[in-house]
Amino acid sequence: MRDVAVVGFAQAPNVRSTPGTTNGVEMLVPIFAQVYKQTGLSKSDIGFWCSGSSDYLAGRAFSFISAIDAIGAFPPIHESHVEMDAAWALYEAWLKIRTGEVDTALVYGFGKSSAGQLRRVLALQLDPYTVAPLWPDSVSIAGLQARLGLDAGLWSEKDLAEVAARSRADATRNPHAQFSGASEIADLLDAPYVADPLRAHDIAPVTDGAAVIVLAAAGRAHEFAERPAVITGIEHRVDTPVLGARDLTRSPSTEAAGQAVGTGDVEIAELHAPFTHQELILRTALGLGDDVRVNPSGGALSGNPMFAAGLARIGEAATRILTGQASKVLAHATSGPALQQNLVAVLEA
Amino acid sequence: MAKQLAAVLGTGQTHHRAKRTDVSMPGLLREAIDRAMADAQVEWPDIDAVVIGKAPDLFEGVMMPELFLADALGATGKPLLRVHTAGSVGGSTALVATSLVQSGIHRRVLTVAFEKQSESNAMWALSIAPPFTMPVGAGAGGYFAPHVRSYIRRSGAPEHVGAIVAAKDRRNGALNPYAHLKQADITVAKVRSSQVLWDPIRYDETCPSSDGACAMVIGDEAAGDAVPGAAWVHATAMRTEPTTFAGRDQVNPQAGREAAAALWREAGITDPLSEIDAAEIYVPFSWFEPMWLENLGFMPGGEGWKLTEAGETALTGRLPVNPSGGVLSSNPIGASGMLRFSEAAKQVMGRAGDYQVDGARRALGHAYGGGSQYFAMWVVGSAKPRCAVRGRW
Repeated sequence: MRDVAVVGFAQAPNVRSTPGTTNGVEMLVPIFAQVYKQTGLSKSDIGFWCSGSSDYLAGRAFSFISAIDAIGAFPPIHESHVEMDAAWALYEAWLKIRTGEVDTALVYGFGKSSAGQLRRVLALQLDPYTVAPLWPDSVSIAGLQARLGLDAGLWSEKDLAEVAARSRADATRNPHAQFSGASEIADLLDAPYVADPLRAHDIAPVTDGAAVIVLAAAGRAHEFAERPAVITGIEHRVDTPVLGARDLTRSPSTEAAGQAVGTGDVEIAELHAPFTHQELILRTALGLGDDVRVNPSGGALSGNPMFAAGLARIGEAATRILTGQASKVLAHATSGPALQQNLVAVLEA
Repeated sequence: MAKQLAAVLGTGQTHHRAKRTDVSMPGLLREAIDRAMADAQVEWPDIDAVVIGKAPDLFEGVMMPELFLADALGATGKPLLRVHTAGSVGGSTALVATSLVQSGIHRRVLTVAFEKQSESNAMWALSIAPPFTMPVGAGAGGYFAPHVRSYIRRSGAPEHVGAIVAAKDRRNGALNPYAHLKQADITVAKVRSSQVLWDPIRYDETCPSSDGACAMVIGDEAAGDAVPGAAWVHATAMRTEPTTFAGRDQVNPQAGREAAAALWREAGITDPLSEIDAAEIYVPFSWFEPMWLENLGFMPGGEGWKLTEAGETALTGRLPVNPSGGVLSSNPIGASGMLRFSEAAKQVMGRAGDYQVDGARRALGHAYGGGSQYFAMWVVGSAKPRCAVRGRW
């Protein structure tokens, strides 16, 4: 079976609220143009299209259908959609290229989190018969997870603040970031709790955004990029939805996916951690040493567009290879409450 | 090309009803999954990955239900993918599951699609008015009725053709133990006397609103060789075009024509009407049978109705269409496409019971969605595809 490489990546600005419609068209058209320019490909050269988004975020049925308008999908295209973060759309496109059916694929994800109350909308991901009727919101569930780790002595509030400070500092070099800047740990620890023990800096901001990645069969990737980022492993797993049945301080699905792809020797890791303590869980699950540079983009804490942020992690990691800054990188995407579902990819020059 | 062979090892579906108040969503899914796994003769450790599909989350009021369903799907600790391509989703989901095998990643994949329409209100979910988008307002029937009227005008089809389809599919449904509607004694005259809902579509020419699920186990060549009577995947195709734009032909959409052309090419079929033995076509309103017969290339443009009127799409005709009773007999929207795909597989596996088409060796499964703009289809056969040499097409 042939290898597949990332040859192009672009993302919309990560903003608190875009004036565009919920179907993503206004965010997608400019970034499609960017990847066409990067790769020299045009719409008619793309063999397969796959997207990730959520009807619930848009507050309507079939929201992804209107996003097709951004492509200009006539003559008709070979296309599919996952109701998941677009990192999983990338997985489907990776499969399609591996079968030999197509040589190129364009993957995109979009989410207008500002269209509703995100933490309340996400409560609807829980068991509708026994849990969702209690309306536990996504930030409070993460707070319970962070508290379990604190009580177990796995991390301290200062550890969490250090993750936040590093992310914000790194984000100063990311023009798409929503949050960036220098911060003193002491100041962060003085901030009030939002969902004890989480403070504002521990929580990814509500973000509107979109991301796009172009994939190509490794044999043809050099036609579109000087230094393609070859996907040498990509795996995903899901954990039980029953929060009480999981050790929330661990991420077994990330561990299993990481072991399956092999995470040794990676230089950089882009981890999709919407909460500071989740970065610590993921580092442990993936067995990343202190020498691995984590989230040089600033990560999801500096901008977390739902359904695009996981794909953006793959794009950010791939960019380190495309631009010659690294030769082996790791990317991770998450979905569901408290890191329920996780995808891990390793990319090499 | 390096596509690996894939085969349907087993299928399962629920009993379909307007309200399955006897089961939760996990219970509904397990009813189909357990039957599919028994049919495929596999156990949980044999399943490498799970691919699930359904139509909009607003139909049940659960955001990304695959997350809370992970345990019920047996997916915990495994890869789980969720597909959503509007009404074609059941077909697209089967195709994504197939590509997991065709790409050489997994040996056996469980795929399942469902809709529990009674948990919410589909008419409401389809009538939300987002900015800059024309709301449908009158549900799917109101949206598609003008296409049907246009088809009748363009083709000159006599007005009773739709009723012929409805009576045929409902009588076929009476032979299917899982069908929602079983109307063994329905006649063309009775269909024609039922109330007009959206001119020219009458009440008896519309699909029901069902709770239900469908599942399949898809395996690689070795897995297919290991079970008797597997259905081999000969070809797959998916195509999409936008909902609206100037010049779009909504009666005979180009995306459907191009998908069909790609499908027949991959299957090595030059004359579908004589080379396909049974077709499960997504017909939610009766007139879509003649329309899709043309779109799929079984008949020339404007002549699909002639095949229907001549009785050639009946169970004993030249091309039996929807021997299971089709969408007109059961419509759990997210599962309806996978039901078409699995019913096609059942025909070539010889497992279709009272609605088995004698000697069915190659069958079509077809699904469409959105405003007739999403298409997914496959051809399955009782023998390995002729054009395939191991590991190479």
